[in-house]
Amino acid sequence: MAITLTEKAAHRVEKYLQSRGKGVGLKLAVKTSGCSGMAYVLEFADQIDPQDEVFESHGIKILVDPKSLIYIDGTELDFTKEGINEGFKFNNPNVKDSCGCGESFTV
Amino acid sequence: MALLQISEPGKSTLPHEHRNAIGIDLGTTHSLVAAVLSGEAKILQDEKNARLIPSIVHYQKEAILVGNEAAKQLANDPTNTITSAKRLIGKKLSDIQPDTTPLKLVNQDQLIGIKTNQGVKTPIEVSSEILKKLSAIAQNHIQDEICGAVISVPAYFDDAQRQATKDAARLAGLHVLRLINEPTAAALAYGLDKKVEGRFVIYDLGGGTFDISILQLSHGLFEVIATQGDTGLGGDDYDLALFNWLISDLDIKVEDPKIKQALISLSKKIKEDLSQEYKIEINERLSNEILIKKIITQAEFSQLTDNLTQRTLKAIKAALHDANSTIDDIDGIVMVGGSTRMPVIQKAVQDFFKKDLLNDINPDEVVALGAAQQANILAGNTNENLLLLDVTPLSLGIETMGEIVEKIIPRNSTLPIAMAQEFTTYKDGQTAMMIHVVQGEREMVKDCRSLAKFSLKGIPPMVAGAAKIRVTFQVDTDGLLSVTAKELSTNTQASIEVKPSYGLDDEQIRSMLEDSFISANEDLEHRALAEEKMGGRQLLEMLKNALSEDQKLIDKDEIKLIDEAVKGLEMALQGDDRHQIHEKIERLNDVTQNFAQARMDHSIQKALSGKTLKDMEL
Repeated sequence: MAITLTEKAAHRVEKYLQSRGKGVGLKLAVKTSGCSGMAYVLEFADQIDPQDEVFESHGIKILVDPKSLIYIDGTELDFTKEGINEGFKFNNPNVKDSCGCGESFTV
Repeated sequence: MALLQISEPGKSTLPHEHRNAIGIDLGTTHSLVAAVLSGEAKILQDEKNARLIPSIVHYQKEAILVGNEAAKQLANDPTNTITSAKRLIGKKLSDIQPDTTPLKLVNQDQLIGIKTNQGVKTPIEVSSEILKKLSAIAQNHIQDEICGAVISVPAYFDDAQRQATKDAARLAGLHVLRLINEPTAAALAYGLDKKVEGRFVIYDLGGGTFDISILQLSHGLFEVIATQGDTGLGGDDYDLALFNWLISDLDIKVEDPKIKQALISLSKKIKEDLSQEYKIEINERLSNEILIKKIITQAEFSQLTDNLTQRTLKAIKAALHDANSTIDDIDGIVMVGGSTRMPVIQKAVQDFFKKDLLNDINPDEVVALGAAQQANILAGNTNENLLLLDVTPLSLGIETMGEIVEKIIPRNSTLPIAMAQEFTTYKDGQTAMMIHVVQGEREMVKDCRSLAKFSLKGIPPMVAGAAKIRVTFQVDTDGLLSVTAKELSTNTQASIEVKPSYGLDDEQIRSMLEDSFISANEDLEHRALAEEKMGGRQLLEMLKNALSEDQKLIDKDEIKLIDEAVKGLEMALQGDDRHQIHEKIERLNDVTQNFAQARMDHSIQKALSGKTLKDMEL
C-alpha cells in the first residue's frame, strides 16, 4: 500500500512549499486525541527522520512514521473546495467512524 | 468531514483547539476580511468571490443590505444608503460639512445620527452591520468558532474613534483581540519585521483617510517613531475635486440627491479611468437640463488636485521632522490604500523621496493581510514573539495650578505605557483635588483638549505641599487611557477610564500640533507668567497665615512696610506683566526677611524652652 496525493493536492502543496521558501515535503501522522479517538496531523517537513517511510506522489515527498502508517495506509490526500471553504481531505480506507466535524476518527 | 490545513512542523493543533482569528480592514470605502490558512494570510472572498466589500449599508423598511447589494441602491435611494460611515464615527454633527453628503444627519446625544427607513442609526450601528457581514464571510470559510478579530484603524484615530470602533465590533458579536494601526499592519504584510534593520515610511491614502507613519526596525523588532495624518483627506476628496470641476460651468444648482450621487459616481469613474488612460472624454446626460460634455487629461487632473497631493507631502515633512530624519534616512516607502494607484500620487511620492516605492502587494488588501497575521499570532497559533510598538498621537497630561499643563506621557511614546508623577496640595488643609486630564502639545489648558475630570477626595488635612498624590497614566495597547490618583499616606484613591468624549477629529489634532510649533515661544511666556502669578499668590497666602499667628514679633513700622509691599504685589497680580510681578515678589521677600528670622528664632526658643542643657546634649 502507499500514501498518495491527488494532482490537485500535489499542486497545492508545491505552491505552499514554494511560498514558504523551505521544506523537503509533507508529513502525515495520526495522534490520539479529539472526540472520536484519533486525529490527523498535516505538517510541512523540514527534514526526513531515519524511521520515516517516504512516499512520492506527483513529485511531492510524503513522510509517515511507521506507527501512524498502520492507521492511514492507503490514504489518498485530496484538496477540495466545499462551498467557499477550501482545504485538504483525507480519503482514508481504514476509517470506521468519525466525529461530527470530521476532525477526529476511529479505525 | 472537515478540511485540513497544513501546519508548521510540530505546531499541529489538536482537533477543536486550533484558535481561529481573523483580520479586518474596516475601510472608509471598502472593507476586507482575511485569515491565515496553511501558514499563509489570505483574503476571504464572499459567496460571489468578491474580495473588496463596499463599506455601504442600505436600510430598507424591513431589511438591511450590506456591500455590493447596498451599493446598487446608491443611485435610487441615496438618503437610506450610507457610505463612508467611518468618516462620521466618533464625531459630532458640528464636525461635518453636511452639504457634502446626501444623508439626513441629526444630533443624537452628542453624536451623529442618520435618519433612515429604520429610524435614526448611529455610525457605530452602521459600522457594525459591515462587521457582521465580514464576520459571516469568515464564518463561511472557517466553519468553526472564531475566537476573535484584529481590526485596523488609522494611526490618527483618537480615543473616541477607537472606542467607537470597538463598540461597533461588540455590536456585531466580534471579540476584539486588538486594534492595530493600519500602517503597522501594512508593514507586517510586507514582512518588514523579517529584515534586520531599516527605517520605513508608510504612505496610506485610502478613500477617506490619510496616514503617514515612520517605522524604525532594529533586530527584527519595529517601533512606530512618528505618525502624522488627516482623516479628512482621501480619494473621496479627489472625487470631490472632479465633482466640482464637472459642475463648475453648469448654470443650474445641483440639489436633487439622485443627480448629486450620479455625479459623485461619475467623478469616481473618471478618476479610476485616469489611472489607466492619459485622456478621458466625458459625454453624460444626467437629466433633461444637465448634459456634461468635457475632456480631462492626467496633467489637468494633477493640477486640479495639486493642493490635495501637496497636503500629503506636507504631512510627510512633518513626520520626518518628528522622527528627526531626512529622506536619506528612509530605506523604503510602502504604498497603501487604493488611492495610491493614481499615477499622480505615485509620481509625487517617488519624486519626493527620489526612491522606488514598495507597491507590489495589492494596496487595497495589504492592511487586511497584515491584520490577519497579527490575529493569528495573538490567537496563539504560532510561536512568533512579535512586538508591535504603537505610539500616542498627542501628549497626555493634567492641569496644575495656574491652568498650566503638566505633561505626563509625551507624544509619540510607545504603547503600552504607564507613567506616574507626584503632585501636592496647594493650600493648607486641602482635602480634595480635582484631576483634569488633557491631551495636546500646548502649555496652557485652554489650548489643549479636555478629556476628563474627576476628583480625589479624602486627603487628610495637612499643610500645603505636605500631601503626596501620585497620578498614574496608563495607555493600553489599543490606545485607551486610564488615570489613577492616589494619596500615598492613606492610600485613598480615585480613578477614571477615559470614556469617549466624542468630538475631536484628526484635522483638529493636526492643527493643534501645528499650533504648538507656531506658538512655542508665546506658550513659554504664558507659562512663565502663570507660574509667577501662582508664586505670588502662594506667598501672599503664607504671609497672611504667618501674620495672623506671629504679628506680635515685629513692630508697627515693619508691619506698615510689609502691608505696602503686599498691596504692591496684589496690584501687580491684577495685571499681566511678568517682570513687574517678579519685582514685587522680590520686594515682599526683602521686607519680610526680618519677620521670617524673628519667627524662626521664636519657634526655636519655643522648642527649647523648659529643656536643660543636658537634654540637648543627649
